[in-house]
Amino acid sequence: MTPVAGEISSYLGRRARWSPLEIAFWIFAFATIWLFPGKHLILTETAILALFALSLDLILGYAGIISLGQAAFFGLAGYFSGLVAKYGLINDPALALIASGMVAAVLGFVTSFLVLRGSDLTRLMVTLGVALMLGEIANRFSNITGGADGLQGVNIAPIFGLFRFDLFGHTGYIYSLVVLFICFLIARRIVYSPFGLSLRALKGNSLRAAAIGMPVNRRLVAIYTVSAGMAGMAGALLTQTTAFCSLDVLSLERSADLLLVLIIGGTGYLYGGLIGAVIYKFLQDWIASLTPQYWQFWIGFVLVVIVLTGRERVEGWTAAVRAWIAGLGARFIARPARLRASSERH
Amino acid sequence: MPILETKGLEKRFGGIIATNHVSMTVETGARHALIGPNGAGKTTLINLLTGVLRPTAGTIILEGRDITALAPHQRVRRGMARTFQINQLFLDLTPLETIGLAVSERLGLGGDWWRFVGARNEVTREIAETVERFRLGDVMHKRTATLPYGKQRLLEIALAFACRPQLLLLDEPAAGVPEAERHELLATITTLPADVTVLLIEHDMDLVFSFADRISVLVNGGLFVEGSPEEVARDVRVKAVYLGEELDA
Repeated sequence: MTPVAGEISSYLGRRARWSPLEIAFWIFAFATIWLFPGKHLILTETAILALFALSLDLILGYAGIISLGQAAFFGLAGYFSGLVAKYGLINDPALALIASGMVAAVLGFVTSFLVLRGSDLTRLMVTLGVALMLGEIANRFSNITGGADGLQGVNIAPIFGLFRFDLFGHTGYIYSLVVLFICFLIARRIVYSPFGLSLRALKGNSLRAAAIGMPVNRRLVAIYTVSAGMAGMAGALLTQTTAFCSLDVLSLERSADLLLVLIIGGTGYLYGGLIGAVIYKFLQDWIASLTPQYWQFWIGFVLVVIVLTGRERVEGWTAAVRAWIAGLGARFIARPARLRASSERH
Repeated sequence: MPILETKGLEKRFGGIIATNHVSMTVETGARHALIGPNGAGKTTLINLLTGVLRPTAGTIILEGRDITALAPHQRVRRGMARTFQINQLFLDLTPLETIGLAVSERLGLGGDWWRFVGARNEVTREIAETVERFRLGDVMHKRTATLPYGKQRLLEIALAFACRPQLLLLDEPAAGVPEAERHELLATITTLPADVTVLLIEHDMDLVFSFADRISVLVNGGLFVEGSPEEVARDVRVKAVYLGEELDA
């Protein structure tokens, strides 16, 4: 191997390696199981929202597909997992979760062909339309979905027949966190792979992507399907951990909040959805405890401030913090994390 | 055997005929130049050849096979790659990643979602070869958007070259490159391997006449004259077409 090839190989290998900051992030995430046992209910919601946001980041942050309809996949899988539990079709929650994700992925695959063409605005409208249609179908067939009252009588069996869901949400939280982590690992594999790189390329210039032999549409269909599957798993988690599912899983607000979460955290580096979910949930929780009736006012206020200060500035700010922490990490752990952080964003 | 052949190629936009019954051949291994005054339909022809546009009539044959109905990315896989008159690069990626993409796609690894980029030696080896050939080693870790224009222009060609085409279409490669960076670019073009057939679309007559062994002149969407550089240079009709332009320029 020539010296240049060796340098390229080691550079690319280094890039895909876990940084100390990432490892610390996940150690802390799992440590919350013991650190905040009294907060497991809200932490469960946060983990589910984080997984949901991760699914949006895959298509928005990497492939450049903007969507206002991720709730379609979330809600479909939410009802599916509720119904299979209610009628005892798939008893094990983990199996039901995977099946729900697959059902959502099928819907994602079918509807992906609608978002292939067109501008951002068309994509917003098409994805929104699909979610609205699904919401109305769920409303119309209230004999199956329970309509406005929600799906009643959902009984979730213990996971693997061993871990019973408890009232304090301990099992639910560990379960959600593990699912989030596994999905994150998959997402991370994807974005550092040639496939992930090709997504970033076609996001930037689909004309040229086709001109180097890339089947652009097939790539978009693939990532949209994967994203729908993950959104579905998030929806199924919500139903399983609350033993309930209602029409609001399909609401426009759910999709819109998701965009907000991702904008808070920043797109295109995978942790944006996770960090955004933590900030959003705790902001919501904190504001709601101050002014229970008007918390949405403050969420709206934060949204306006973020958009006015500019997403780039928020991203720049998070990038600066990340670079700083990575620098600290590099000082303590002899690994070229600083090089990584500086080469990621110039 | 010709590597590329068009038969009665035609493209109409409403009432305008942009490409008018073009039947041309490019011989394997040739250094073929396509010239013509502004608005002659050179870019439309390139877009037809590469599949960005669909012809109204006619066929395109690459290495004996009809490729008229193929999508752009399928034509690349059949061995035809192009550069663009105006840079079409992935500005947020580095040259290393950019070339790595083309290499991965060519080796059929572009859809691989499990291994990380560069996990395979054949990929890194090819990236290294391309980076060295186009002298991009010193900038390969920089974001493409931050590169000087001349380097971006080199990357534009390197990216098409990384597809390992049998036929390389260069759409005005020297366009807009400042004089100081021009030499490096021309040197790179003239040292392209002989087994790669090159179809060059160019305005710069010095480059065309020093590089090409065959020249086609396009006027008003139709093939006007075709021949060796000497024949074309002598042709009175070509002079007549170009005279006005040359004087303006």
